[in-house]
Amino acid sequence: MAVITVLEAIREAMREEMRNDDRVFIMGEDIGARGGVFLATEGFLSEFGEERIIDTPLAESSIAGIALGAAMSGLRPIAEIEFADFIWPTINQIVGEAAKVRYGTEGKLNAPMVLRAPQGGGVRGALYHSQSVEAIFAHTPGLKVVTPSTPYDAKGLLKSSIRDDDPVIFLEHKRTYRLVKGEVPDQEYTIPLGKADVKKLGEDISIITYGLMVHHCLEAAQMASLENISVEVLDLRTVRPLDMESIINTVKKTGKTLIVYEDNQALGIGSEVSALISQHAFEYLDAPVIRLGGPEVPAMPFSPPLENMFMIDAEKISTAIKELAEY
Amino acid sequence: MKIELPQVGESVTEGIIGRWLKNVGDKIEKYDPLVEVITDKVNMELPSPVRGVLREIIANEGETVQMGGLIADIETNENQENTNHDKLEPDVTDQEIGTTGVLLKNTAPVGPTGSGGPISRDESLSNHDKSPPPKSRYSPAVLRLAEENQIDLAQIVGTGINGRITRKNVISFIEANSTIGGREDSTGPSDQDTQSRKDQEKIALTPVRKMIAANMSKSAALIPQAWSEVAVDVTGMVSKRQDIKESFMNKEGINITYLPFVIKAVAESLKKNPLLNSTWSEEGIILKKNINIGIAVAAPDGLIVPVIHNADFFSIAGLAEIMETLISKAKNGKLTLPEVQGGTFTLNNTGALGSVSSRPLVNHPQAAIMTTEAIIKRPVIKEDAIAIRSMMNICLSFDHRIMDGAEASAFSMSVKKLLENIGSETLIY
Repeated sequence: MAVITVLEAIREAMREEMRNDDRVFIMGEDIGARGGVFLATEGFLSEFGEERIIDTPLAESSIAGIALGAAMSGLRPIAEIEFADFIWPTINQIVGEAAKVRYGTEGKLNAPMVLRAPQGGGVRGALYHSQSVEAIFAHTPGLKVVTPSTPYDAKGLLKSSIRDDDPVIFLEHKRTYRLVKGEVPDQEYTIPLGKADVKKLGEDISIITYGLMVHHCLEAAQMASLENISVEVLDLRTVRPLDMESIINTVKKTGKTLIVYEDNQALGIGSEVSALISQHAFEYLDAPVIRLGGPEVPAMPFSPPLENMFMIDAEKISTAIKELAEY
Repeated sequence: MKIELPQVGESVTEGIIGRWLKNVGDKIEKYDPLVEVITDKVNMELPSPVRGVLREIIANEGETVQMGGLIADIETNENQENTNHDKLEPDVTDQEIGTTGVLLKNTAPVGPTGSGGPISRDESLSNHDKSPPPKSRYSPAVLRLAEENQIDLAQIVGTGINGRITRKNVISFIEANSTIGGREDSTGPSDQDTQSRKDQEKIALTPVRKMIAANMSKSAALIPQAWSEVAVDVTGMVSKRQDIKESFMNKEGINITYLPFVIKAVAESLKKNPLLNSTWSEEGIILKKNINIGIAVAAPDGLIVPVIHNADFFSIAGLAEIMETLISKAKNGKLTLPEVQGGTFTLNNTGALGSVSSRPLVNHPQAAIMTTEAIIKRPVIKEDAIAIRSMMNICLSFDHRIMDGAEASAFSMSVKKLLENIGSETLIY
């Protein structure tokens, strides 16, 4: 198996799907000659031509709206938003329209589109290049929201997202792009949306997480193993739909749950997961369900020490693990 | 005001209470040293966060306390002022309140968990003496397991926070009760035996002793250690030191020992053999980018290991200066947390105690530890003639999971070569 980065996995997934299916095309800012701000579409213009690799104006609302129209007309657009921080103008098109197409037309129309956006902090990107946007979209029925953590997952999940018949918001953590490498099979594969993955088996504590945080959690789990605390790490992979079965299974196994996410903690993904656990696994709980998320601060600070304070890291996760283990 | 043990360093979760520097009833100024706290082999004095009178010592000497745990109660002036105000505040009658309400003054707001509100002085005083121990509360998991297995929870001793019975406690109780027999013949004397015997004496464990015991047990239990010894001809180093001893003292005001020469050689060799500067994990070996060498120092209370961070950045003279400072701080119990944390390799000069060979225990979770033994003049064969040379053994214990003899020996041979190459032309700056 080849060892590649998350960015390369995303590039491979899009290239393979474009070769397989003529209906797939990509649009976004600087994705053509430049190959995208992170080079996710490098070389695509020469292989697929200007009709399928479309550079757009700096107008995110249009990118999403045109993609939606194309999807409703039978194409399978992949729309790239340069940074998730600039995704807000698309809200009307995505939350207001795309999510409701199937429901509003009683199934006569659907919108098979993917909106890709790099998100997340820890890259010294400050207010406008660090945001996490998953909770905003995950609140809306009719959308699927994918947050991959590894190259294997990113490729398999993106291929499934492109083939999905409804709108998918695909949120890639910028910090994983080049930092996370992993094995990816040479042969064709996909990963179903809505299936979580146990990244590490354990007995004492369950960590439920997704995206970049999976890696910090694995590091903290390994540190905990030196102190004889056995931690299971469940990677949600998609935050809508949530994989209820996997969540409940791991909680039943350990009785102690820590939910880790970089996004602001209050009313985030962890809040929903926590509520599901207390409703469906109450009799198995041996400790309060703990969330470890971003602070009550409106944006990522510019100052490096403050950014470190904002970001969840292995050290903070370790402390939470120990507290929960002792409970 | 209840005083909590503050977070005093990263990756530190608990501290052992050392000597109390104030007695109950003492007046305390803000920042007065209150109590000694021992964490991760370092002694520190915890300053009082407030001014007041020490009312109660909650955590006694030798107790292990979690960061954030209560250690003392200090009566502050603000408490008294608040109560005075309470009495001056006129009562608000129902008629005055109306539908818009009024803002009560001098009343504590509701706390994050719904606690708070006006506290009567009696209540806060009696808090610690009279209130009964908290009623046992069981988690849903514990209750379900107890019911399913027909267990009386009163029989189980809890190990969770505040003696809470955890799910694991119940599971091990169930497992213990399902195995029959074989539980009575324990080896070793029981407590009663020990107490009644007059021909032996028990020495109470000091906090530092306990910490060392825990670390050593961890090393022996978790790390499969292998050992090797190499003889080094340090004649050149001995004469180099002799040559510069006086001028160094005149110039720098400190005595130059062999230690900085050895640290330099070790730092260089670690750079060339990064496996020796790593940590084992089930997921893979973690190479440490910085070379932080811990030096074992015999302090009055027991062994302590100050750390030279980025030891490879310094010259021999620089290392001498750093060691001088660290050793004097160690002997006076003045080391700060960063000065004992983050070590990636440990060096111990057991030769200072007269030893010519020793088998040290690796300082968990590091990969290896090296000792330098006593320098002794010995007859050795050099160029087919018998010569009298200053010889020193270096001993290396290493984590055999991380490396094999080949890698360990490559490191030892590198240290040997660097030490044997020291001569008059060796630069110390």
